[in-house]
Amino acid sequence: MSEPSKPQGRKFQLPEHLKEYKGIWVIVEQERGSVHSVSWELVGEARKLADKLGVEVGAVVLGADSPELNAICGDAFTYGADVVYKVTDPVLADYRTDPYTRVMTDVVNTYKPEIVLLGATTLGRDLAGAIATTLATGLTADCTELDIYMDNRSLAATRPTFGGTLLCTIQTLAYRPQMATVRPRVMSMPDRDDSRTGRVVEVFPNLRETDVITKVLSFIADREQTEAQLAFADIIVAAGKGLGKPENLKLVFDLAKVLGGEVGVTRPLVQAGWTGFDRQVGQTGKTVRPKLYIAAGISGAIQHRVGMEKSDLILAINTDPNAPIFDFAHLGLVGDALTILPALTDAFGKRLSVNRLAG
Amino acid sequence: MHIVVCIKQVPDSAQIRIHPVTNTIMRQGVPAIINPFDLFSLEEALRIKDKVGARVTVLTMGPPMAETSLRKALSLGADDAVLLTDRKFAGSDTLATSYALTSAIKKLSEEEQVDLVFCGKQTVDGDTAQVGPGIATRLGFQQLTYITKIESIDQGAREIVVHRRSEGGVQVLKTALPCMITMLEGTNTIRFGKMDDMFRAARYGLKTWNKDTTGAEETKVGLKGSPTVVSKVFVPKPRAQKATMVEAETPTAEAQAAAAVDAIFGAQPKLADELLARAAAGL
Ligand SMILES: Cc1cc2nc3c(=O)[nH]c(=O)nc-3n(C[C@H](O)[C@H](O)[C@H](O)COP(=O)(O)OP(=O)(O)OC[C@H]3O[C@@H](n4cnc5c(N)ncnc54)[C@H](O)[C@@H]3O)c2cc1C
Ligand SMILES: Cc1cc2nc3c(=O)[nH]c(=O)nc-3n(C[C@H](O)[C@H](O)[C@H](O)COP(=O)(O)OP(=O)(O)OC[C@H]3O[C@@H](n4cnc5c(N)ncnc54)[C@H](O)[C@@H]3O)c2cc1C
Repeated sequence: MSEPSKPQGRKFQLPEHLKEYKGIWVIVEQERGSVHSVSWELVGEARKLADKLGVEVGAVVLGADSPELNAICGDAFTYGADVVYKVTDPVLADYRTDPYTRVMTDVVNTYKPEIVLLGATTLGRDLAGAIATTLATGLTADCTELDIYMDNRSLAATRPTFGGTLLCTIQTLAYRPQMATVRPRVMSMPDRDDSRTGRVVEVFPNLRETDVITKVLSFIADREQTEAQLAFADIIVAAGKGLGKPENLKLVFDLAKVLGGEVGVTRPLVQAGWTGFDRQVGQTGKTVRPKLYIAAGISGAIQHRVGMEKSDLILAINTDPNAPIFDFAHLGLVGDALTILPALTDAFGKRLSVNRLAG
Repeated sequence: MHIVVCIKQVPDSAQIRIHPVTNTIMRQGVPAIINPFDLFSLEEALRIKDKVGARVTVLTMGPPMAETSLRKALSLGADDAVLLTDRKFAGSDTLATSYALTSAIKKLSEEEQVDLVFCGKQTVDGDTAQVGPGIATRLGFQQLTYITKIESIDQGAREIVVHRRSEGGVQVLKTALPCMITMLEGTNTIRFGKMDDMFRAARYGLKTWNKDTTGAEETKVGLKGSPTVVSKVFVPKPRAQKATMVEAETPTAEAQAAAAVDAIFGAQPKLADELLARAAAGL
């Protein structure tokens, strides 16, 4: 356990040979030509940090060469990158840990960025842990806040631990690069500036498929599945144990339908088998950032809170006026969700259809 | 086939409290459990043992009291257990932790070649998900994280086929042993131990190793071997403002709902416009 530590024969000074490391990189996560939005959120964040340090933002785009990949490189500039490292090889077409790690290790060692950021996604966490090991450097996981301490120009990465009950700020002082993964939807999406362009550095790693042990046999896209797409929903109606029994979930589905939104739930509902894990919001589920989050019968435990507190507007419905959720929701309604939910469905339905007739 | 399952003893995070004055974690009296995510991996290892035959060794690095977690794993059906414990390991971050655990796995491999290492997806205390990838990289094993299903395992051909969760779907991967696997939660249900395993677990003479037993280098473990420095620990700031309560003239559900819709549209005029536009378009 790393508790806050005092120097005990540890190095806190950056050795001379690591001082040439400059610039902030984001590893752009693309799978089958589509970019995970966390990558652009990170390019936006990297822009702010880089402006503080007076250095460049680099976006690393890896994959098989294609028109889609070129378009992604262009997008990286519009979101704030100064330089794109375009790393292409047919072997990189599908994500696999081993070739991606080998290539990234080489590229980092060649171009020497001082900070490398990745999304805390299945790909980003898989890759970051491997690269930090080959580079023998520090990696701070699942951050929710990034800053630069100007006195020593180091990255201060803040992250929740113990299920969100505590936050801690972690630094990598004597090693480079400083690495961090950041949860999707925690940083805001930067505005596009289509007039922006920059340098492209092309890298051809020259890999051989025969050297790669893991083979992708097939890919079953979620589009062909029925899983909920919570992470990207603009409106979420969420249910907790306060709904009493599984049949009452219909009430949140009805409201979500009128609003064109998705349904989320707390963990106890998933554990009791009311619905699938893909709908769980929170520390061990999805992090969401909708425009509207309606929380019905949810107490507001910290593990749930960390997954939804960045929502633009939170309306909480709870019978208990002292429920913790009222401490951080924007709007609160003390009442029985079982009667309020259908009334809300009606009220929204009327409001929206009145306009339809009028328009 | 020799399978090593890495398990970590963690405080039951549901029962952790923060000291109101010092802002530190109050661990006293908090029960220690096997990291819940590790149980999905342990169960998968035991299923492989049931199906194709294997020797399952559980490994933990931690204080001497972590022995209880190893005995629990033995009672579920693990064959052997190693407790890696040394004050010199204290303060290890994930780079140093994966190094220490790898030194123990290498030593286990000297006794009997390790074919599979299982780790949990992440822990509920440190919660980084970095130790598994660290171990795989150091051992030069293929790395398979977020596995939802082990489709097949062929001992003769030393091949394994798995389903791996990715952001946009599921990758079906085929790879060769040795490899490191982390299972996704909810992929299986942990068994109840058998009576004779429980008796055996209670009496079992588990291995206790330290830094010198595994030959780990002093500069690569503990605080000295950890690049990350925790510079600040604090309790999240509560949001300055509490919720604005929605009040209705009459306390009926209808009146409350109407007031709530007004409040939502009042706070988010843009959202109201979007919804109305969508409704008008017949969506
Ligand atoms: C390691 C770990 C990870 C976890 N991860 C997550 C996670 O990712 N996501 C998550 O959600 N939880 C998670 N939890 C669980 C979390 O700690 C809480 O137990 C959970 O969020 C509580 O769910 P709840 O609010 O639905 O239920 P409860 O806490 O039981 O709250 C029910 C609420 O409903 C109210 N209520 C009752 N009847 C009505 C009614 N008729 N109308 C309106 N309100 C009513 C009650 O006043 C109460 O506030 C995790 C826990 C641990 C230990
Ligand atoms: C507040 C706080 C924040 C921290 N943040 C970071 C950080 O951002 N970066 C960092 O490098 N370190 C961090 N650490 C240190 C880190 O928690 C420890 O190195 C920890 O012992 C291992 O990491 P983890 O618990 O996150 O494990 P994870 O990487 O989440 O664990 C994954 C799996 O690895 C195996 N495993 C992990 N630890 C052990 C063990 N001791 N014995 C056996 N198997 C094990 C288990 O199978 C486990 O399920 C932090 C510590 C604290 C107290």
